Amino acid sequence: MSAHVNSSRITTDLLPQKFGTAGRIWTGLLLGLCLLGLYGYYRQVTLGLVVTNMRDYASWGIYISNFVFFVAISLVGSLITAIFRLAQVEWRTPLTRISEIIAVSAILFASIIIVVDMGRPERFTHLFLYSRLQSPIMWDVIVITTYLTISLLFLYFPLLPDLPILIKNSKEGSFQQKIYKFLGSFWKGTAAQFRINENAVRIISVMIIPVALGVHTITSWLFATTYRPGWDSTNFGAYFVAGAFLVGAGAVLVAMYVFRRAYKLETYITEKHFDNMSKIVVLLALVYLYFNINEYLVPAYKMKTSEEHHLRSLFTGHFARLFWTAIITSMIVPIVVLLFPKGRKPFPAFLIGILVVVGSWFKRYLIVTPTMLSPFLPMYDVPDSYKFYFPSWEEWAISTGSLAGVLLIITIFTRLFPIIPIHETIEEMEKNKFEKV
Amino acid sequence: MVDLPKIIPLTQNPRRNFLKGAGVLLAGIAGCTSKDPFTTEAKKEQVQPSGEMVKLLSTTGEIIEVDKAFLKPTEEIPSITHMAERMGIEGKKFVMVIDLSRCRNLKKCQESCNHAHFVSDHQNWIKVYPMKDGEHTAPYWQPTTCMHCEDPPCVKVCPVDATFKRQDGIVGIDADRCIGCRFCMAACPYSTRVFNWDKPIVPAEVMAKEYSSETSCPPKIGTVSKCDFCPDMARKGELPHCVSACPNGVFFFGDMNEDTVTNGSETVRFSELIRDRSGYRLMEELGTKPSVYYLPPVDRLFPFKNEGKTEDHV
Repeated sequence: MSAHVNSSRITTDLLPQKFGTAGRIWTGLLLGLCLLGLYGYYRQVTLGLVVTNMRDYASWGIYISNFVFFVAISLVGSLITAIFRLAQVEWRTPLTRISEIIAVSAILFASIIIVVDMGRPERFTHLFLYSRLQSPIMWDVIVITTYLTISLLFLYFPLLPDLPILIKNSKEGSFQQKIYKFLGSFWKGTAAQFRINENAVRIISVMIIPVALGVHTITSWLFATTYRPGWDSTNFGAYFVAGAFLVGAGAVLVAMYVFRRAYKLETYITEKHFDNMSKIVVLLALVYLYFNINEYLVPAYKMKTSEEHHLRSLFTGHFARLFWTAIITSMIVPIVVLLFPKGRKPFPAFLIGILVVVGSWFKRYLIVTPTMLSPFLPMYDVPDSYKFYFPSWEEWAISTGSLAGVLLIITIFTRLFPIIPIHETIEEMEKNKFEKV
Repeated sequence: MVDLPKIIPLTQNPRRNFLKGAGVLLAGIAGCTSKDPFTTEAKKEQVQPSGEMVKLLSTTGEIIEVDKAFLKPTEEIPSITHMAERMGIEGKKFVMVIDLSRCRNLKKCQESCNHAHFVSDHQNWIKVYPMKDGEHTAPYWQPTTCMHCEDPPCVKVCPVDATFKRQDGIVGIDADRCIGCRFCMAACPYSTRVFNWDKPIVPAEVMAKEYSSETSCPPKIGTVSKCDFCPDMARKGELPHCVSACPNGVFFFGDMNEDTVTNGSETVRFSELIRDRSGYRLMEELGTKPSVYYLPPVDRLFPFKNEGKTEDHV
């Protein structure tokens, strides 16, 4: 950051801005997608899960893979904010809030989409009335609510020092100001408050790491605790966590680029940030590739009878095109492109980020569906439509609606709060100045 | 046509039919209470005594005589609480033996089962798989039910105790509690569970009944169903529908504690049958410990004929 930037300039640069035309169209589009999803869900609730194309063999479909995707992408909050913080990565500051809001909105929609998958959503309370702790679903309920709570605090605490700035700079008596005052009128910015806040953030950043690992490990156990080919793996927790960090980092690349362009944040999110983030994506993609080799090539070497149908459907069969596309777009291409300095420039990095995120979404689909269609006893005595799975329009609408919902939360959050922490940025600038002197 | 009274006595049976079994169905007396022949209720209905007396055993153990005309059929089998249904029948350990050498894919078992439990179209609780374990091994028909495992993976993963293991070995489902997460379907290696994706098509009388995990009726939309080993039949001292429907006596059903199984016409020692005929269970390596045993398809009564394609054991 150049030295001539002073604190009032930072404040005006980073204050939340009104939506322009593009912003309004974007928000409208997201709202439209959400409404379409709601309509799809209305049909599902009134007519039953028969509106989906899930049947007895493919009894889990894109709701579940979408759920896994959301849980995965939410892990980035802990990576950038907590792990980077503990590792004292200096350049993280402008990326912390971006990744934390991605985490909060994604984990929120993960819990929504899992209710969408239920055949009897009105019996949601049974999870608490009759809960049985030996079920991995209960572990997930516990760990997801914990993670959501901690993530919200992790978003909120660093926001506190920004709130007086926001109150000062918003219109007196406006709706926004009321929100700011509700959230932070107690914050006077005293040394004691800063000390408590800093301690709290430090404690949370230590706490959130095991919870974040737990969230995704337990999600992987929903599969790994069954016998099914492709899921019956001791590798699954680590495999899921590695994939989660990768997709989250990819999402941050995309979000960085979009915010930088939309809010003209070139001074704050610099090419250096893209360069660093890209290198992290390369590392994570390599790690994820390593786990994929373990997951697929080791069983393929043995080709056990029970695994054969599943592996062949992925490598050369029905899912082959999707499988290889996902592997290439979410791992191979990012590794190759981002190894070159030119590939780590903002725009190419942004494109790679999109590839990673989209490829990872389909990767989750490939973890769920092919296994469901490779049961131990052959698929038999059912109509042909039971032996395949392609989501119905309601499933697509609901899943797209949930993705739009995540983006909508992020958009609205950006409208209300500075997406780059103002106070922290000013503080850092002053520290740098001091060091230079 | 659905033969409802066979499954759940819904309507009052014609008196004559009832009386055939009146001598043995002593429990009937308890069920008569709503229109008790010993009270003035009978007078109100102006039932004329027929003069023919039947001997019955009262609930207190006395033998009493009642005029035949006062007997009314029971509307319900003496009802059991949901808790008792979950507990199961004390002292029993139900077991099934399926003799593969006798199966010729008639699917009578499947038909009667689907019929009795209002299983939806395209779904079956019993399937008769054409199996062929290896390239050069012999093909055979393999009927599968729920395995009612000793260590049921489905029960392990259920978050709300909607599927449960009873003391008599049966794995049951409480459709009033099931949240429809379908984790049990993912966990079951035998693909035995089906989901009610759509509203089940069931006669209104059945739909109006309270759900019983012993009959698995009425099926409910958004919940999981599967073979329940027909404990309602066991309570009546009858065999599961599949067992009595099979003309070849493929299915043997019985009690491990009594060490006896029967297919309706032959009654044999379970342990001897398994020992002498080399009984085995499916996917033993998974450790689920099924309650369903198979007798290998040796010395087959019928040649294997499959119109469709033979599917390999995957």
